[in-house]
Amino acid sequence: MKSFALIAVVLTGWLLLSAVSDFPDWGDTESPANDYRLSQHYITETFPETSVPNMVTAVLADYRGYDTMFETVVIFVAGIAIMSILRRKPLDHLKDKGKETRTYKKDPDLIIDTTCRLMIPIIQLFALYVVAHGHHSPGGGFQGGVIFGASFILLALSRDLQAAQRWVPEKRVLNLAGIGILIYSGFGFACMLLGSNFLDYEILHKIMPATPIEARSHSMLGVEIGVAFTCTAIMFSIYSNLASNGDMKETL
Amino acid sequence: MELLEALSAKFNYWIYVIIMMIGLYAMISKNNLVKKLIGMSIFQTAIILFYVSIGVKEGDTIPILYHDQVHPSHGDSHHEADTGHGEDHHPSHEEIVANLHIEPDDFANPLPHVLMLTAIVVGVATLGVGLALTQKIYRDFGSIEENEILESIKSAK
Amino acid sequence: MIWAFDLITLIFLVITAIISLQTKDLLSAAMIFGVYSFLMCLLWAGMAAVDVAFTESAVGAGVSAVFLIATVLRTTRRSSD
Repeated sequence: MKSFALIAVVLTGWLLLSAVSDFPDWGDTESPANDYRLSQHYITETFPETSVPNMVTAVLADYRGYDTMFETVVIFVAGIAIMSILRRKPLDHLKDKGKETRTYKKDPDLIIDTTCRLMIPIIQLFALYVVAHGHHSPGGGFQGGVIFGASFILLALSRDLQAAQRWVPEKRVLNLAGIGILIYSGFGFACMLLGSNFLDYEILHKIMPATPIEARSHSMLGVEIGVAFTCTAIMFSIYSNLASNGDMKETL
Repeated sequence: MELLEALSAKFNYWIYVIIMMIGLYAMISKNNLVKKLIGMSIFQTAIILFYVSIGVKEGDTIPILYHDQVHPSHGDSHHEADTGHGEDHHPSHEEIVANLHIEPDDFANPLPHVLMLTAIVVGVATLGVGLALTQKIYRDFGSIEENEILESIKSAK
Repeated sequence: MIWAFDLITLIFLVITAIISLQTKDLLSAAMIFGVYSFLMCLLWAGMAAVDVAFTESAVGAGVSAVFLIATVLRTTRRSSD
């Protein structure tokens, strides 16, 4: 198996390396990818058309809105898949019924506990900033959502899973993940109801106190919030399933 | 120095091929399922490295407009200086756009960035599904080594 | 982009990739994979792909390393290769 793998890898690598000499030079402004007018259009016309300085967020949430929407659905489906693969009833819960099943660690470490208690609100505040400021600086729904989910993961790591699940119990996690996708698709359907295409935010100025160009910017923020909801919920859901081996009881 | 500069013109692509092949080799030949998944992640990042390398331009900057370009009233001389100290003159969007001059070669290509940003997030989702399957396999077979799992499947028949 | 920085980071990238696949201890493999992701993030930040680098530092170096460690601690830490 190893020799077969080596032969396959060397052959594929040789094929790819021989193609490298045909690539444009690194940093070439005249290369086909950089010279193509779609990229040029995104660079020059994003701000005039959407009033968003960050081109990446504008392309992500507006021009390629379908892509991002189903990307969010992919994350949602992955979270559901992990839950359906791993989730089970706790084993010793079946053995002795009626006993208190919540098991806290005996004494949480003082330094870790205090540090995490101080850090978690700051991490969450930063995550909200990343989401809200995503179209003026690097950031957006995916990053902010993952950071927000990571703050709950930190809580679960520093204490135990039940401490984090007091804030995000399993049912709320699933609701949040669904709400995120509903917010995203809700913006799309609102555009359709007002007589435009799906995810064509310009029409939303009729129900927003904004000009058509500003409406695109504000809708992008709304869409990013939806993405952040789903990312937060699914990241925590994946962690809690993986860390407890599916029974949501023991922690690492 | 000249040689190194010439070498660095294609160096990114070579390294991307090498990292990709490391990931592919791990996916095929490693016996441990977690190692296979790490190999898969390395493969993914190699492809992302390739895409990001394509979008680079010589002497470019990040694909976000400068603050001065978007808010020209602060310290820019496009607007006449007769506005007083206390009041801030906020130009409308049309005024800003009329004064905006964007040179496409000054900014990195944003399109590969967008495509790869979503690829990373999907990458962690697939990694999570793979790890969940690994844990399920461990629960059923008591091992995450491929040959031991195959043996226990054979002996169960 | 500073090409010397680029070169050094790329070489370290290959080294960390090989080490994380060669160690027999899966926990250290997961940690070195986190290092690999963070080097990749530095590289992309240097290539002006700040959004991609930000996502990688949050997702690749942060969350996926935690997922790997969770799985390693839930299954077994030793690896035969």
